[in-house]
Amino acid sequence: MPKSLFVIEDLHVSVEGKEILKGVNLTVERGEVHALMGPNGSGKSTLAHTLLGDPRFQLTQGRVLLKGEDVLSLPPDERARRGMFLAFQYPVEIPGVKVRHFLRMAVKASKGEEPSVTEFRKRLFEKMALLEMNRSFSERYVNEGFSGGEKKRNEILQLAMLEPEMAVLDEADSGLDIDALRAVANGINKLTGPTMGMLLITHYQRILNYIDPHFVHVLFDGRIVRSGGMELAQELEAKGYEWIAGEAVA
Amino acid sequence: MAKKAVEAPQADYAQKYGFRDSEKPLFRGRPGLSPEVVKEISWMKEEPAWMRDLRLRALEVFRKKPMPTWGGDLSGINFDEIYYYVKPTDRQARNWDNVPQYIKRTFDKLGIPQAEREFLAGVGAQYDSEVVYHNLREELAKQGVLFLDTDSALREHPELFQEYFGTVVPLADNKFAALNSAVWSGGSFIYIPEGVRVDVPLQAYFRINAEKLGQFERTLIIAERGSYLHYVEGCTAPIYSADSLHAAVVEVIIKPGARVRYTTIQNWSTNVYNLVTKRAVAYQDSIVEWVDGNLGSKVNMKYPAVFLMEPGAHGEMLSLAFAGKGQHQDAGAKMVHVAPHTSSVVVSKSISKDGGRSSYRGLVKAYPGSVGAKASVRCDALVLDDDSRSDTYPYMEIEEEQVSISHEATVSKIAAEQLFYLMSRGLSETEAATLIVSGFIEPVVKELPMEYAVELNRLIQFQMEGAVG
Repeated sequence: MPKSLFVIEDLHVSVEGKEILKGVNLTVERGEVHALMGPNGSGKSTLAHTLLGDPRFQLTQGRVLLKGEDVLSLPPDERARRGMFLAFQYPVEIPGVKVRHFLRMAVKASKGEEPSVTEFRKRLFEKMALLEMNRSFSERYVNEGFSGGEKKRNEILQLAMLEPEMAVLDEADSGLDIDALRAVANGINKLTGPTMGMLLITHYQRILNYIDPHFVHVLFDGRIVRSGGMELAQELEAKGYEWIAGEAVA
Repeated sequence: MAKKAVEAPQADYAQKYGFRDSEKPLFRGRPGLSPEVVKEISWMKEEPAWMRDLRLRALEVFRKKPMPTWGGDLSGINFDEIYYYVKPTDRQARNWDNVPQYIKRTFDKLGIPQAEREFLAGVGAQYDSEVVYHNLREELAKQGVLFLDTDSALREHPELFQEYFGTVVPLADNKFAALNSAVWSGGSFIYIPEGVRVDVPLQAYFRINAEKLGQFERTLIIAERGSYLHYVEGCTAPIYSADSLHAAVVEVIIKPGARVRYTTIQNWSTNVYNLVTKRAVAYQDSIVEWVDGNLGSKVNMKYPAVFLMEPGAHGEMLSLAFAGKGQHQDAGAKMVHVAPHTSSVVVSKSISKDGGRSSYRGLVKAYPGSVGAKASVRCDALVLDDDSRSDTYPYMEIEEEQVSISHEATVSKIAAEQLFYLMSRGLSETEAATLIVSGFIEPVVKELPMEYAVELNRLIQFQMEGAVG
């Protein structure tokens, strides 16, 4: 049997001595989109950051396998080079660094290829068109003075340029108005395909009106407490996280 | 992922700039400073008596003035061990083929002849105490532009020379200006006639080769009404165990409506004391821009100044300093508002790393009557580790009420979030830190001609290789 694309096994993570993730298990195959939903404080962002190796989080137990290999001992850049990607909930400003320069470095660093300037430009503008972004955007400094929608779109642009095998999107929809949400969701839809696995982390169900996940999971208090299909998301939307809270306690 | 072979900035400096020629110079006097040494320099240069006397007066001032007790630590300078005049060759060439082979080899390695062919309107090259090469595009010469070494200017254009020499930086201005006035040799002399625009940069390259050398070039620039000039200078030196001294004086006169941009990429080896006085006087509606990149030297003390003498004059300073291991960059600017409705902008970016120390030291002065003057100062410091240090000394002497002065200063570190963000895109920690630094200095770098911007980014990259985090 071929190895799974991405497996999270019994993952425990602490921040400053407090356990946030208390044994997360999840498998993502190529071509699958998994939605991970959960209330504030359930550990969603901790999971997203831990998967890419954010040093602020201390791993206490578990494994994360990418194509069968444990990546937890690898630094973030090595994980990216092996095909992982994280779209940040709060993208970080890099003053003075232009989007196109940053993207070119990122493509070179993570994919090991160095396209010619013309070739790169062509590819960049194609992807920007796909995401309905103005070309002048590539001349701006990374995330500096960006609106919430621009920041999220810039994350999806990076996803488009880096073409990872396993993408983790941390609240790609938060803070977006309805038009921006549609643009971001459409962009994500265009980028998913048979070779990519995706973990779409979200607080609200609304982005799932545009993106159809194969699986929906609910993270609560550091554990995945429910898994199912779209009907689970709809149920959550109708009943709220209170419903899960009640069940978890019971 | 291929890792760069270069491990430490010093290793690269040694290979790229740190080489030395072992050829014997044509003349090297005794070390140490005395009236005899000064007279000998003047005699060898066959100078008029007035210049010899000026030098001797300056020597007296130098001896009387105490060492500065602020800024960098200068206690390591031993004035008795320094060679004040080293003459490499007895002629100056206008064609690289006529430059002595071993000197030409040096400048070839530094890429100067190639740069001249590709993107410069004129080049001067100084090797130790003398300018060994000078050339200016013919069409500029035909328009009356003068670009020659300062010694030749004294011989060939004595009236012009005497009218302006020492008028912006008087010999008694400070201890090191006095020293320069006593033993000056080489430097650039530029005269741009009224209305002439030199759209392509003129460049001078200063090279110290001899050990324990003092290089004391003297640069004088006169931009007549409505003219335009961009002058660029660069400098490097071999790495010796004994220290060298570089004490230049630069005087710039900008007549009404003229605009001068003066760009320096200072990349001395880390055994050079760089103590330079640079000053411009700006007349009505003129613009002066200093773009000052300080990467090298052991102790650097440099505060280019603009005296805004008439209404509408505008001064700008874009300063960049990188202090690595064992380096102290004490750099800044002085903006002196003498007339009403003058304006100035200072932007300073400093980076300290591996125990390096960078200080911004600047002065904004507004004289009584400078009504409507505007000045803004912005200093940003990036400190890359806990061993390194950054200080800001912004002096304000405001003697007029109706002026608008602003000052902003920030000190920052590379945020862990920034590193993680970039590393999650595949950049190594060093690449991530380097990218953050290059973004930090972007406001200065984007003002440089492309070739220099590329070179500066490359230099920063070498500085960043190795120890990060």
